Amino acid sequence: MREKTRIRPPIIELALARTKEFLREKEAMFWVFGFPLILALALGFAFREKPPDRIPVGVVAGPNAQQRLAALLKSKTLLPRIMNEQDARDALRRGKVSLLIEGTDTVVYRFDATRPDSLSARNETDDVLQAAAGRRNVLVPREERVHEQGARYIDFLIPGLLGMNLMGTGMWSMGFTIANARMKKLLKRLVATPMRKTDYLLAMFLSRLIWLLLEVSVLVAFGWIVFGVRVNGSLAVLAILCIVGGYAFSGIGLLTASRAKTIEAVSGLMNLIMMPMWLCSGVFFSYERFPDSVKPFIRVLPLTLLNDALRAVVNDAAGLSQITFQIGLLAVWGIVTFIIGLKIFRWQ
Amino acid sequence: MPDVIACRNLRKYYADVKAVDGLDLSVASGECFGLLGPNGAGKTTTIEILEGLTESDSGEVEILGLTWRKNERELRERIGISLQETQLTEKLTVFETLRLFRSFYRVGADPEELLRDLSLDEKHDARVGKLSGGQRQRLAVACALVGNPDVLFLDEPTTGLDPQSRLQLWDIVQRFRQKGGTVLLTTHYMEEAERLCDRVAIVDHGHLIALGTPAELIAKLQARNVIEFTSEPRLEQAVVEAIDGCAGVTAHREGWLLRVHSLAEAVPRLIDTVEKQGAKLVTLSTHEATLEDLFVSLTGRELRDA
Repeated sequence: MREKTRIRPPIIELALARTKEFLREKEAMFWVFGFPLILALALGFAFREKPPDRIPVGVVAGPNAQQRLAALLKSKTLLPRIMNEQDARDALRRGKVSLLIEGTDTVVYRFDATRPDSLSARNETDDVLQAAAGRRNVLVPREERVHEQGARYIDFLIPGLLGMNLMGTGMWSMGFTIANARMKKLLKRLVATPMRKTDYLLAMFLSRLIWLLLEVSVLVAFGWIVFGVRVNGSLAVLAILCIVGGYAFSGIGLLTASRAKTIEAVSGLMNLIMMPMWLCSGVFFSYERFPDSVKPFIRVLPLTLLNDALRAVVNDAAGLSQITFQIGLLAVWGIVTFIIGLKIFRWQ
Repeated sequence: MPDVIACRNLRKYYADVKAVDGLDLSVASGECFGLLGPNGAGKTTTIEILEGLTESDSGEVEILGLTWRKNERELRERIGISLQETQLTEKLTVFETLRLFRSFYRVGADPEELLRDLSLDEKHDARVGKLSGGQRQRLAVACALVGNPDVLFLDEPTTGLDPQSRLQLWDIVQRFRQKGGTVLLTTHYMEEAERLCDRVAIVDHGHLIALGTPAELIAKLQARNVIEFTSEPRLEQAVVEAIDGCAGVTAHREGWLLRVHSLAEAVPRLIDTVEKQGAKLVTLSTHEATLEDLFVSLTGRELRDA
């Protein structure tokens, strides 16, 4: 005989059930832990530190061509080759070379002045040819090159991936679970018991906390160990930020799934909501490139708020006081969407 | 003694169908009451209104003397429900599921004991997703029983189950009743209604078309037996109706269903008639009248394909 079962409060039982269910779902584990790591690894290697590429330039065939080529080959930043005139013009037009060196007696530089690489190619070429022609530099400067930690692409990327992952798992864990339970009539079965409806939703938030902290730890540790991306700010601030940010997306996920009757419907809605943020909120590249007129809107998107604050903490060692705006607004996002979601929630 | 379940003038219209159209029911304490009817008769809508899961357009419902409007929480503690199609979380084990449901109730059964009572203790640690249809259904009923309810609502509890699983479920319902529980169930199996129910309400298109004990209802047929036959060529309905002792005729597949008092008298007459018509008897079988036959005689349709 087994002894009498100890029954914990419903909110604990619900949270435990939810956690076990997730733990036993292999696909979900992949999307939470595997996918962001693979993405970080792939992008991290694609943009790893390496010497800047040499700029291809074309020397148009002619009497002085060989001589110019020999001079240019000494440059560490240029990749010169001799081309006949027709090929050279085509190559410039297609962007295969950044600069053409033409002319027989007078040197002619042909390039598109709006291209930064063309401009630097022009300046470097000019320096090299001037020196070859006997110019002496009157000023001899010393160069100091910097590789500051916190300024690399991977330093930019890891906080962005962290934000994106918190958005994805926050929304899917609510949206998918709720829509699935509604479709399978599990929600209906639950409201046929004396269970408190708020217990059900709060239990989902509770079990989410465990996974949220785990997924943040894994990604942060990974960035640190593999790419040396250090958290310059305090870990406690990072944890608070991730919890607030994660719950903002849980709230949005709840709202998204509050009426949807099928998984398909909720998937469509989720993608509709997340897609603009993937693109605009500075996950992979800075949103500074967007026009000034749309930036104010981009800045208050939840993922932008989270990413900005994450980068401030991870890269710039920001404290809580420097990210109050983002944390505050994220909390508003979460609370407002949760309340609306609860109000319009369809239990059957 | 007041009724445990009572509803008056219940109505629920959907855009395209009158699911429940003025239904009065009352179920006494300790009774097992069956709602019988074909798919689409309004059984599920009716039971879900009684369960407080669907709101009716009009009418009153009282369960245990309480109403859903005023006493929802109290009622939820005292009734147990098994829905027609609930897929419980597949990744949880049988025991975990039952313990979860137990946590919702202030008082209730011990999950371990309940699993033993329902012969599910072998599946204690099995995932719900791995259970057979019968085991799943027993777990669903276990979840309905775990709060020690006074009233049990079962919506088509044995639909799609094999005969053995069906017997096991009937046994569970009988034992619940022996402890004084009241049961309301829907079914489209006549046999189930006859075996389990003290009284049966036959519903069709949201209307009550007959109410009584299974024996009373069958007696309404005024025919204890049914002859099922086909002939080549098929006989005219008027010819069959003219057979002496025939209490009713309904078309059935390629042949006819003939309700009669006495087989000994009716069968020779039928064979006679077939011969006189110059036809040949292809099949002939007989059975004792059931609720199914009553449904056929009341609606002219069969339960299965109604």
